[in-house]
Amino acid sequence: MTLRDIVKSLDATVYLGENQLDREVEKAFASDLMSDVLTLKETPILVTGLCNIQTIRTCDMATLDEVIFVRNKKPSDDMLELAEENDMVVLGCQYSMFKTCGLLYQLGLKPLY
Amino acid sequence: MHQEYTVVEGDFVNAGTASSSVKKTLKQLNVNPQVIKRVVVALYEAEVNAIAHAYGGKVSVDIDSDKIRMVVADKGPGIPDIALAMKEGYSTARPEVRDMGFGAGMGLPNMQKNVDKLNVTSEVGVGTTVEMEVNFV
Repeated sequence: MTLRDIVKSLDATVYLGENQLDREVEKAFASDLMSDVLTLKETPILVTGLCNIQTIRTCDMATLDEVIFVRNKKPSDDMLELAEENDMVVLGCQYSMFKTCGLLYQLGLKPLY
Repeated sequence: MHQEYTVVEGDFVNAGTASSSVKKTLKQLNVNPQVIKRVVVALYEAEVNAIAHAYGGKVSVDIDSDKIRMVVADKGPGIPDIALAMKEGYSTARPEVRDMGFGAGMGLPNMQKNVDKLNVTSEVGVGTTVEMEVNFV
């Protein structure tokens, strides 16, 4: 599926990467623990409630290109600047982590493990 | 090629600047992307540790044609029991470290998984030095 399908399903806000929503996404990983994200060998879309500069840095190090912030957490200008440097797509939605994951699973996104 | 970076205590906003810079350099040198990921994940964890647990320190990076050597040396409380600190899940991190998405006792184990050589030396009340090496091929 594409990021556009995800945005539609989650009624998400696109903070960064409006012109890249045709990117294909196959898998998702949900975590607030960045050390866990740093163990990933694959590069899924990240679903997280942790909204600070380290979330973006972690994506940079782990080569993740897409992130969704849940529960209306809004990324700061610093975060978006760093994300832009790394060509990331940054989304946000109002739903809880649980509901967001449920909707994405229903949509057909696959887990890593 | 030699690079040095300073790590400031509690400066979480800048945690990862050394790793970001090393990532850019290795990309320019056309190092295998999988190897770059291992290098920067390990260095990033080490940077976060120095910021989270110590009173600042220094990151030194030496890049050769076949490998990278990274040394993260901090001034800090030191680690009384290194074997225990290497155990996954063991952590002494403060709440603000956990707020940044770290502090779950995965840092040193993550480093070990990603590097070819890891050496941790520490003196209580003085500081900790983490030496890491990753081969490019």
